[in-house]
Amino acid sequence: MSQYRVLPGPEHFLPPAAASMGIRLPNPGEAHINGVITSEEKAYEEAAKQFLMAKVPTLFPGPLVLWAWNEKAAKKATAIRHLYDTLKECVQPGQKPMLIPMPDYRPKYPKINPEVEINPNHPNLTIWHNKIDCCMFIGVHCHQANLSLKIIRGGTSCYTIAMCAQAGHEDAMLSFRDASVEKIMTLAEWVRKLKGTVQPRLTSAKSGASN
Amino acid sequence: MSKEKIKISEALYDIMPSDYQDLVKSATYGKEDRGWKDIGNNKELIEQHSLCAGCPESMAFRYILASLPNPEDTVMVGSTGCTSLVFPMVAVHNIHSLFGNQNAIASGLKRALSVRFPDRTKDVVVLAGDGATVDIGLDMTLQAWFRQEKFTTICFDNELYANTGGQESGLMQKGFVAKMAPVGKLFDKVRLPEIARESGCHYVVNCTVSKPSLVEKVIRNAVHIAREIGPTYLQLYTPCILEIGKNSMEGLQEMRDSEKPTERFAYKEYVSEPAKQLLAELAAKDKERKAAAKQLAGKA
Repeated sequence: MSQYRVLPGPEHFLPPAAASMGIRLPNPGEAHINGVITSEEKAYEEAAKQFLMAKVPTLFPGPLVLWAWNEKAAKKATAIRHLYDTLKECVQPGQKPMLIPMPDYRPKYPKINPEVEINPNHPNLTIWHNKIDCCMFIGVHCHQANLSLKIIRGGTSCYTIAMCAQAGHEDAMLSFRDASVEKIMTLAEWVRKLKGTVQPRLTSAKSGASN
Repeated sequence: MSKEKIKISEALYDIMPSDYQDLVKSATYGKEDRGWKDIGNNKELIEQHSLCAGCPESMAFRYILASLPNPEDTVMVGSTGCTSLVFPMVAVHNIHSLFGNQNAIASGLKRALSVRFPDRTKDVVVLAGDGATVDIGLDMTLQAWFRQEKFTTICFDNELYANTGGQESGLMQKGFVAKMAPVGKLFDKVRLPEIARESGCHYVVNCTVSKPSLVEKVIRNAVHIAREIGPTYLQLYTPCILEIGKNSMEGLQEMRDSEKPTERFAYKEYVSEPAKQLLAELAAKDKERKAAAKQLAGKA
């Protein structure tokens, strides 16, 4: 098994693709934490902990859920809103959950407004600007999510979670696979379950803004 | 209609940037009478573009996008050049092809769409600069016309490679000295409109984009003819004000000067016989539709 671990950065200007370092994707019913295959239950717990520890826990919904292509997308969007509302209820004073969309993948020139959106071509701008230290991508096409996750790992210290509808992401620090409405709701339940049991990193020097 | 697909999830509507909310609310999708007069009230670009101030190409883009008869079911194919800086901001499906490949991509795309959506009208529109259309992609451009592929080719002719600092292109005028072509062009401007006509295009227009209503007319004609009959070609003069040493506000005058009757962009139009017939039928239908609408309004 690979000794490489997918950890919060900043790793390099150009971090290696985790897959090239021997990290493999989880099988159905599994997840990975830092590149180590684990059970889904354990991943739910760890993701909920990371959210509750973070100063600015953030959800990044992508085009696959922001746009109501079909009924399933609309239902996932509702579940994401529920997860966000749960987060807001469960954090302590000083923590600031955010919900920032990635409406599409256009490079957004001449400028992107990091207050209101994130873009896969320069996600670090949104991370730095909002001092995000833990985020979850959901509803983002795989190749764009990989691009974002690598840039974030390369230039920020943000903890990344991927709620992937396909086979998961090696480049995230924690990745689920086969995302569904039920899985998003389960994660929300875990957040609620762990409310008050996790000490937030409010005084830590560690933040998303590492440059 | 694909228009139904352009819907924001209700649960996340409030977090969408206003640009996208505006797009869904006021893009001119599904509107038969859309045109350049909708600019300002409706969205034809998602975001601000990154072309130079006063760039005639940006005007052309706006007029074209506002005039497409069926934007929600249109796919545009672009290529390398200044146009590719705008395509990311365009609120219409688009593909960026390899430099010069745009007509080959569009050929396959149009055929695939016909197979995939046999009961729906899907338009394909190629929009590329003169370098992509006439120099690097001439083979693909001509072969698509020979094969009678049913899509529109639009060439934004700025008579040089502007995006890379002013190299000589086939559409540059004879004798023109550019920043990176200091010797001056040694041969005549390639006469692509004539070549297009001889290669089987059913509708060919050579003009500037100084008159929005004219641009609207030729775009609609070109798309409708391509949809029903065969290839169409528009060569639109969109001068690069930087490369010809003009100021931001002088682009429009440059186009007006270049479209005088004796100049190289004097309005020229070729319409094949079957295309003439189709345009006459469309005009008659349009007249009927408007008369019916008028009658309906009178009754109300």
